[in-house]
Amino acid sequence: MNIYVLLKRTFDTEEKIAVNGGAIADDGAEYIINPYDEYAVEEAINLRDAHGGEVTVVTIGEEDAEKQLRTALAMGADKAVLINTEDDLEEGDQFTTVKILEAFFEGKEADIILAGNVAIDEASGQVGPRLAERLDIACVTTITKIEVDGTTVNIERDVEGDVEKVETSLPLLVTCQQGLNEPRYPSLPGIMKAKKKPLEELEIDDLDLEEDDVEAKTTTMEIFLPPAKEAGKVLEGEVDDQVKELVSLLKTEAKVL
Amino acid sequence: MSKKVLVIGESREGSLRNVTFEAIAAANLVSDGGEVVGVLCGDGDLKGMAQEMVYYGAARVITVSNPELKTYTSDGYAQAVQQVIDDESPEGIIMGHTAIGKDLTPKLASRLESGLISDATEVVVEGGDIVFTRPIYSGKAFEKKKITDGLIFATIRPNNIPSLNRDDSLTGAVSEKEVQISNIRTIIKEVLKKSSDGVDLSEAKVIVAGGRGVKSAEGFEPLEKLAEALGGTVGASRGACDAGYCDYSLQIGQTGKVVTPDLYIACGISGAIQHLAGMSNSKVIVAVNKDPEANIFNVADYGIVGDLFDVIPKLTEEIKQMKVNA
Repeated sequence: MNIYVLLKRTFDTEEKIAVNGGAIADDGAEYIINPYDEYAVEEAINLRDAHGGEVTVVTIGEEDAEKQLRTALAMGADKAVLINTEDDLEEGDQFTTVKILEAFFEGKEADIILAGNVAIDEASGQVGPRLAERLDIACVTTITKIEVDGTTVNIERDVEGDVEKVETSLPLLVTCQQGLNEPRYPSLPGIMKAKKKPLEELEIDDLDLEEDDVEAKTTTMEIFLPPAKEAGKVLEGEVDDQVKELVSLLKTEAKVL
Repeated sequence: MSKKVLVIGESREGSLRNVTFEAIAAANLVSDGGEVVGVLCGDGDLKGMAQEMVYYGAARVITVSNPELKTYTSDGYAQAVQQVIDDESPEGIIMGHTAIGKDLTPKLASRLESGLISDATEVVVEGGDIVFTRPIYSGKAFEKKKITDGLIFATIRPNNIPSLNRDDSLTGAVSEKEVQISNIRTIIKEVLKKSSDGVDLSEAKVIVAGGRGVKSAEGFEPLEKLAEALGGTVGASRGACDAGYCDYSLQIGQTGKVVTPDLYIACGISGAIQHLAGMSNSKVIVAVNKDPEANIFNVADYGIVGDLFDVIPKLTEEIKQMKVNA
């Protein structure tokens, strides 16, 4: 199988967020593979091990994203592609990303493309379904289980807590939800091997795209932090009294009962 | 400039979801005195629900009834809505940021080669621009965004934009649209209902959430009883899910669901950053934890330092008592 994974480099989930000069401050931040994309990498490796073929991880970003690509290679992916937009793009959105990916996938004959259900930074969840539409292949979002048998694919997906069982066929794009698998940690031999695995770097010119072709359809006007939440009232006294006081406060002060 | 704005309605088990009414309110703002047109897909008679959309502010509603639309599939719904868009040429589209909204709107935006602003929590008009506010980094920060080119297309997060008041004196035409649907590439074999009460976490007004302090799957029982007494639903922290006390579908946090209920009761949850990201924008937060130093108390409006297995059943009784007295 010709398997692709769409991967995004994101802030670690334990990072606190600060805004500096109208942008998210990134000095000293730890970066990880977007956790949902990590499920995609793990599942791609499992599919390849079961059905043969090759796993290629693709990211769009800057030079620094090489680290996350190497991590995916260390987990067991075969090849990586970095589409480096550092010199060409100032501001992109999901339209931009998908235009670039659409050009990248031209002529690739992917059997399956796996992506995260959402990225934990911008969290639009648009790239997977948008790309499937451009490539005119079926798309199943928020999957928690996948079985491939020939070209038939049986999937379970999370729909707001319910489980929907879906049958579809290759070629296919899926977006991965928590519960799909437990991503492995890269092993030491895996890390050594990853250093020698192919990592191709492309720019948008290599995909026959001009800046105008990928111009964003949206713009960010402002980034700000939510108002700091002040610590509230910790109740005192016997538990019975605290409970009574709480119910009374919820009713009269907070007015939520 | 006044615009024609479509609202893609969504129903569950025969009634419209609240977020549809909230989307009408958002569309009303985006339309700037133009026309808000509801669209409702399904199978069978959709007139009653279409009428409800009118009472909540839609000027008219287009229903699309087809056996292929009985259950949601992205291919089926994308084709149906696309055909309505072709007829109507709207300048805006608004839908709820629900499982269906998240699945359908990127496909439509891709077909239309348009922008799409997902998961907006606020819409305002600022100097002629329609400005959407949306959380990023799971609510650790927010951004204001606008569409720079063409169609104003957005999904709105449930429970954030107030709907207009229902007014059954409002009138509006309900028309039917016939559509052609072919080549649905996914077949829904079965749906296993997990959520017993049918209230999705993202739309719940009250959430009672448990963390590691709940100690076991059985430990969730008192939380479920409290949720039931409050007409709410149960959620969990990553700690509780990782420990196997409950299903991942209940997880609230930066990985998992981001929720903004009116009342969030955190039980035995320490308050890791990754959890706070998913719930700290709730309107009122109550924390119950044995550890007075727990981080969760820093975001809680009201805190009780104590054993949840002592506090929660008493709280449940007190709530029930209050309801009896009311």
